[in-house]
Amino acid sequence: MDLNLLWFILIGVLLTGYAILDGFDLGVGILHPGARNDHDRRILMNSIGPLWDGNEVWLVTFGGALFAAFPHAYATAFSGYYLPFMLLLVALIFRAVSMEFRSKRESPTWRRFFDVSFCGSSALATWLFGVAVGNSMIGIPVGADREYVGGFFNLLGPFPVLVGLFAVSMFAMHGAIYLSLKTDGALQKRVHRWMWRTFFVFVAFFVGVTVYAVAAVPSATQNFRQFPWAWAVVVLNVLAVANIPRAIHHGRPLYAFVTSCCSIAAFVFLFMVALYPNLIVSSLNPEWSLDIYNAASSPKTLGIMAIIALIGMPFVLTYTAIIYWVFRGKVELGKFSY
Amino acid sequence: MDLDPVFLARAQFALTIAFHYIFPPLSIGLGMLMVIMEGMYMVTKDVRYEVMAKFWTKIFALIFAMGVASGIVMEFQFGTNWATYSRFVGDIFGSALAAEAIFAFFLESGFLAVLVFGWDRVSPRMHFFATVMVALGSIFSAVWIVVANSWQQTPAGYHIVGVGLDRRAELTDFWAMVFNPSAVERLTHVIIGAFILGGFFVMSVSAYYLLKGRHEDFARRSFGIALPFAAVFSIAALLSGHSQAVNVAKTQPAKLAAFEGHFTKIDGGAPLYILGIPSEEQRRVRGGVAIPGMLSFLVHGDWSEPVTPLDDPAILPEGHVMAAGETLSDYWPPVNACFQLYHLMVGLGMLFILLTVPALVLRWRGTLFEKRTLLWVFVFAVIGPIIANQAGWAAAEIGRQPWIVYGMLKTADAASKAVSGAEVLTSIILFSLIYLSLLVVWIYVMDSKIRVGPEELEAGPPSAARERWLNAATRRADASTGDSVTEVPGEDR
Ligand code: HDD
Ligand code: HEM
Ligand code: HEM
Repeated sequence: MDLNLLWFILIGVLLTGYAILDGFDLGVGILHPGARNDHDRRILMNSIGPLWDGNEVWLVTFGGALFAAFPHAYATAFSGYYLPFMLLLVALIFRAVSMEFRSKRESPTWRRFFDVSFCGSSALATWLFGVAVGNSMIGIPVGADREYVGGFFNLLGPFPVLVGLFAVSMFAMHGAIYLSLKTDGALQKRVHRWMWRTFFVFVAFFVGVTVYAVAAVPSATQNFRQFPWAWAVVVLNVLAVANIPRAIHHGRPLYAFVTSCCSIAAFVFLFMVALYPNLIVSSLNPEWSLDIYNAASSPKTLGIMAIIALIGMPFVLTYTAIIYWVFRGKVELGKFSY
Repeated sequence: MDLDPVFLARAQFALTIAFHYIFPPLSIGLGMLMVIMEGMYMVTKDVRYEVMAKFWTKIFALIFAMGVASGIVMEFQFGTNWATYSRFVGDIFGSALAAEAIFAFFLESGFLAVLVFGWDRVSPRMHFFATVMVALGSIFSAVWIVVANSWQQTPAGYHIVGVGLDRRAELTDFWAMVFNPSAVERLTHVIIGAFILGGFFVMSVSAYYLLKGRHEDFARRSFGIALPFAAVFSIAALLSGHSQAVNVAKTQPAKLAAFEGHFTKIDGGAPLYILGIPSEEQRRVRGGVAIPGMLSFLVHGDWSEPVTPLDDPAILPEGHVMAAGETLSDYWPPVNACFQLYHLMVGLGMLFILLTVPALVLRWRGTLFEKRTLLWVFVFAVIGPIIANQAGWAAAEIGRQPWIVYGMLKTADAASKAVSGAEVLTSIILFSLIYLSLLVVWIYVMDSKIRVGPEELEAGPPSAARERWLNAATRRADASTGDSVTEVPGEDR
C-alpha cells in the first residue's frame, strides 16, 4: 500500500469519526424543538454539552489533514464550494454560540431565539454536508487548471439536495437513539417515539437515494465491478439498518446506538469506495479529476504526516474515551450545566 | 475601485483573523492564571481558591466558546480565499495545521469538558489535571499556528519544484521547517502577549469588584495573583520584542525599515523615531521626534553601524532579482501603516510596564487598594493588551507585503481563482454583521456573569476548608446515586 492510499483511508477514517460523533449531536440539535418545555430542552442540550466540541474537532482535523495530504483537493473544493461553505461556517458559529448563550438568561424571547438558531443551524449544517457528498458523487465542473468553473446553483442539483435530506434524517435518527441513552422518565418515552418516526423517514430517504444513485449516477456503482468484495459492505449495511428497529423494539438502546454507528460508518465507507481513486470528480472531463496522486503532497510530507497521525491518534482516542467515560449515564442538570 | 478579489480576500482575512485573535490570547492567558489559582487550592486546600477557580472557569468557558466558533472559520479560510496559496504551500503549511488539530484541539476540547462540567464528577486532583491540560492545549495550538505563520515569514527546510500550475514548495527537512529562523522568538513573544492580556483581564474584573465594594476578599486575592504575573510578562515582552526586532532586521530588512520609517542611510548611525509620520513620497519621517543613532544601537549594539534602509537593494529577499520595470519601492510594505501599528504596540508595551511596576510597589506597601483612580485605570486597561496584540500582528503581516510567503509568492498571486469579488464581498458583509452582533451579545452575557460574581462563602474558620476538600472526593459518588433530576433555576453556570 502506498502513502497516497494510506492517506485516502485516513481521510475516510476522520470523516467516519466525524459523521458518527458529530452526527449524534447535530441530530440532537435537529430534534431540539420536539422537547416540550424548558427543562427538557436543557436536558437535550446538556446531553451533548461536554461532548460536542470534541466531536467537531474531527471536522477540523479532517480539514487540516486534507490540506496537508491533498492540498489541491482542499483548494479546489473549498474555493469551488465558496458560498455553501460560508453558509456552513455561519451555521457552525451559530450552533456553538447558541449552546453557550441559551440558558444564560431567563427571558423566554432570548431562549426561543437561541432554540431556533440551535435547531436551524444543526439542520442546515447537516444538509450542507449531504449536499457536498452528493456533489462529490456526481462530479462538479472542474477545468484543466484544477479550478471550479460552475456557479452556486450548479451545486444544488436534485441528487445533492436529496442526499442532503437523507443526511438530515439519518442524523436525526442517530440523535434520537443517542437521546434514549441519556434521558429517562416521560422524556425518554417521547424520545422513543422520535426514534421510530425518524427511522421510517430515514429508510424512505435511504431507498430514494439508493434508487436514484443506481439509476442515474453511474460513478456510484462503477467501482463495485472492480471491487466485488465491496458488495459485502452493502449487505452488512442493509443488515445494520434492519437491525436498528430490532434493537429499539427489544429495548436495547445501546445496541441500537452501536448499530446506527455501524451503518453510518458503512455509508462513509461506500462513499469512499465509490469515489476511489478520485477526490474530486470533474464532470467536464474525467482526465481533469483530482485523484489521490495528482492532488497529493510529496511522499516526504505524507510520510511525516503518517508519523504525526501515528503519535497523535492514540492520545486522541484516549482523551475521547476518558471524556465519554466521565460523562456517562443519564443527564442531570446541575450548577454547571448549560 | 471595482471589486478586486485580492483586496477583498485580504480584507476578509483581516476581519476574520482579527476577530478570532481577540479570544485565543485571552484563553491562553486566563488559562495559565487558572492553573496558578487551582494550584494554590491544591497546595493550601483553602476553599477560597476553589471559589476563585470556579468563577474564572465560568468566564473562561464563555471566552473559549467564541474562540472555537471563530476558529472554525480560520481552518477553512485558506482553501476558500487563498486557494492558489494553499496549492503552493500545502505540502508544508498543511502539516502544521493538521498537527495543531491532532495535538492541540483534541486535548483542549476534551479536557475543557471536565474543566467546565466536571467539578462534581471527578476528584479535585483529576480536575486540576484537566485545567493544566486545557492550558497546555491552548499553548500547543499557538505553537503550531505560529510555526506555520513564521514559516511564511522566514521559510526554511523546503525546496521549490515544478513550473507553472505545478510550481510549489515541498518539504525537505521537517525540523528545519518547525524551527525556522523566526519561529521560537515569535512564539515566545505571542505567548507573552497572551499572558499580559490574561493578567490585565483578571485585574480589570477584580478592580471593578473592589471599587464596588463587592467580593472584596476574592478580588484582592485575584488581583494579587494577576498583578505580578502581568508585571513580569510586561517586562518580558520588551526583552523578547527587542530580540525579535533584531531578528527581523536580519531576516526581513524591509519590514524593520518600515517599522522604523528608515528610508535612507544616515551618516553616524540610524535614528530611532519615537513619533512621526513617514512619507513614502518624500522618503522621510515628517514631524518626527528622534533619538540619533539609537536604532543602530538597538539593532547592532553600536551607535554608528548602519541599518539597511528602504532605498538599499539589500532589502530584497536573498537571490530575488527584480523584473524589468520594477522599482525598489514595489518591494516596500505600506510604510506608514507599519510604522504606526508597530509604534502603537511598543508604546502600549511601555505603558504596561509603567502601570504594573509602580502598582506592584504600592501593593507591597499595602496601599494599592486605596487608590481608587488607579483601580479605575485598571478596570479599563484591559483594552490595551487587546489592541497591542492586534497591532503587533497587523504590523508583522503588513510588514511582510508584498509577499505572502516571503521571497517566494506574492499576495497578489495567491488568491482563489474560482471565487469572484462579489462572492467575497457577500461573505464579508455576512461575517461583519454576525461578528458584530456576536460581540455585542458576548459582552452583554460576560457583563452579566461578572455582575453576578463568584459564589459567596459562608464565613467560617479555614479549618472547614480541609473538610470540604475531603468531601469533594465523595461528591462524585453522591451525584451519581441521586437519579432524580435536580433543577437549579435560572442563572447558573
Ligand atoms: C500584549 C501584547 C504585546 C506587547 C506588549 C508587545 N508585543 Fe510585540 N507583538 C505582539 C504582541 C505584543 C504579537 C501580537 O504577539 C506579535 C505579532 C506577531 C508576532 O510575532 O507577535 C508582535 C510582533 C512584534 C514584532 C514583529 C515580529 C515580526 O514581524 O517578525 C516586533 C519587532 C515586536 N513585536 C516588538 C515588540 C517590542 C519592542 C515591544 C515592547 C514593549 C512589544 N513588541 C510589545
Ligand atoms: C490563521 C490561523 C488560525 C487557524 C486556522 C485557527 C484555527 C482554529 C480552530 C479551528 C479553532 C477551534 C478549535 C476547536 O474546535 O476546539 C481555534 C481555536 C483556538 N485557536 Fe485558532 N486559529 C488560527 C490562529 C490562531 C493563533 C495565531 C492562535 C494563538 C496565538 C490561536 C490559538 C487558538 C486557541 C488557543 C484556540 C482555542 C479556543 C480559544 O482559546 O479561544 N489560533 N483556532
Ligand atoms: C498561521 C497563521 C497565519 C497565517 C497563515 C496568516 C496569513 C495571512 C494571509 C494569507 C493574509 C492575507 C494576505 C495579506 O494581506 O498579507 C494575512 C493578512 C493579515 N493577517 Fe495573517 N495570518 C496568520 C495569523 C494571523 C493572526 C493570528 C493575526 C492576528 C490578528 C493576523 C493578522 C492579519 C492581518 C491584520 C492581516 C491583514 C493585513 C493586510 O491587510 O495586509 N494573522 N495573513
